[in-house]
Amino acid sequence: MCLAIPGQILEVIPGPPLLAVVDVTGVRRKVDLGLLEEENPAPGDWVLIHVGFAMSKISEQGAREQMQMLRMLGEDEAAMQEINGYGNTP
Amino acid sequence: MKFVDEFRDPTAIAQTAQEIRRLADPRRHYRLMEVCGGHTHAIYRFGLKDLLPENVELVHGPGCPVCVLPMGRIDDALAIAADPNVIFTAFGDMMRVPGAHGSPLEHKARGMDVRIVYSPADALKTAQNNPGKHVLFFAIGFETTAPSTALTLLRAREKGVRNFSVFSNHVTIIPAIRAILDSPDMRIDAFLGPGHVSTVIGCRPYTWIAQNERKPIAVSGFEPLDLLQSIVMVLRQLNTGRAEVENQYQRVVPWEGNRTALRAMSQVFELRPYFEWRGLGFISQSALRIRSEFAAWDTESRFAVPGVRVTDPKAAQCGEVLKGVLKPSQCKLFGRECTPEHPIGALMVSSEGSCAAYFNYEYRKQAEPAGMGV
Repeated sequence: MCLAIPGQILEVIPGPPLLAVVDVTGVRRKVDLGLLEEENPAPGDWVLIHVGFAMSKISEQGAREQMQMLRMLGEDEAAMQEINGYGNTP
Repeated sequence: MKFVDEFRDPTAIAQTAQEIRRLADPRRHYRLMEVCGGHTHAIYRFGLKDLLPENVELVHGPGCPVCVLPMGRIDDALAIAADPNVIFTAFGDMMRVPGAHGSPLEHKARGMDVRIVYSPADALKTAQNNPGKHVLFFAIGFETTAPSTALTLLRAREKGVRNFSVFSNHVTIIPAIRAILDSPDMRIDAFLGPGHVSTVIGCRPYTWIAQNERKPIAVSGFEPLDLLQSIVMVLRQLNTGRAEVENQYQRVVPWEGNRTALRAMSQVFELRPYFEWRGLGFISQSALRIRSEFAAWDTESRFAVPGVRVTDPKAAQCGEVLKGVLKPSQCKLFGRECTPEHPIGALMVSSEGSCAAYFNYEYRKQAEPAGMGV
């Protein structure tokens, strides 16, 4: 929940609600772009994702660093579990 | 020093650590609080304490939402979810947190309909998929997650989804810092401000800490070099008698925060007059409740909430650890009755809790034979 997960926007799905298909180390999931509306998110942009919502735009370098950081903290598996879980409504 | 080799830019790390040693006045003792649980985790994982001189002490703050949640709130939500028509949904982090009669997972094992979601939007979808049931979303977190809950409630209203409600336990970071500064047994010289919370709230809300309380604060990133640079920033301020807000994490944190997120939060939430924080007691205007316009989606308006109050086990000293008065290992239960596998206090449940971080990176390391370290 407190993990910020970096991902790259592949496709913007016009809203409402404004969504995007993002790629996180090869896993593709839909995330919500509603909190980034004013930033005009576009394909190719890198974002930090919290609980299924993109919260801020970052640089590609920043995204790489954040993923490396999650690995070093041993949180990368939890992060991928979270990404894989988006859209699952058990 | 064992992790230094895997850091990016080890030279810069060594130079920054050297700068900290140079700045640390041997006649002073510096108590710096890292507010965020993610920072606590990183500090233990990277063994940053080993890079600091004796008189620069890091005190772990209240920024772990799972850790500061009073146990009674879990019991309240589970009492409502005892109704077979209610589906209890929450993030995975909450599932192992013990209530007075067991955790949500243990209630699931006893037959309660408990489901993990990874996003509040998925809890809303669960409600749409189960029109005959009521879906309760147990919302938790600081300003990193509160905007997502807010937006989900706005969507629930737009779509007219009536079988969905949020049990809000969202808290805000600034009043917690204020409570720590007001506490008589605390003496903090400066703060390392939270990174991701600040992407939402920006840096401006911290200015009162600098201006009114005369405490330096550096909003910090999570990498070892980020944290060390932030320590340099606040030490320089302390040594020159300045008290300002500095933004070490500029590559991610804009000074103004995320305006869309702040607007969504203020549309849906208002401040509670007071809220209980585990270990810190009642703090005024420190948590978010759902505005009356959204009462139809507010669990606390739609259901009778028992208002359970549970005191922590007497022997557990979570409060003292949470305030930084005691180190985790000084608690009587630490590593014996209370472990990450069998947590008694919430600080042992979350990987961002200082007890779990201390247990995983310090205690286990000491307990293992040489050469088998983490």
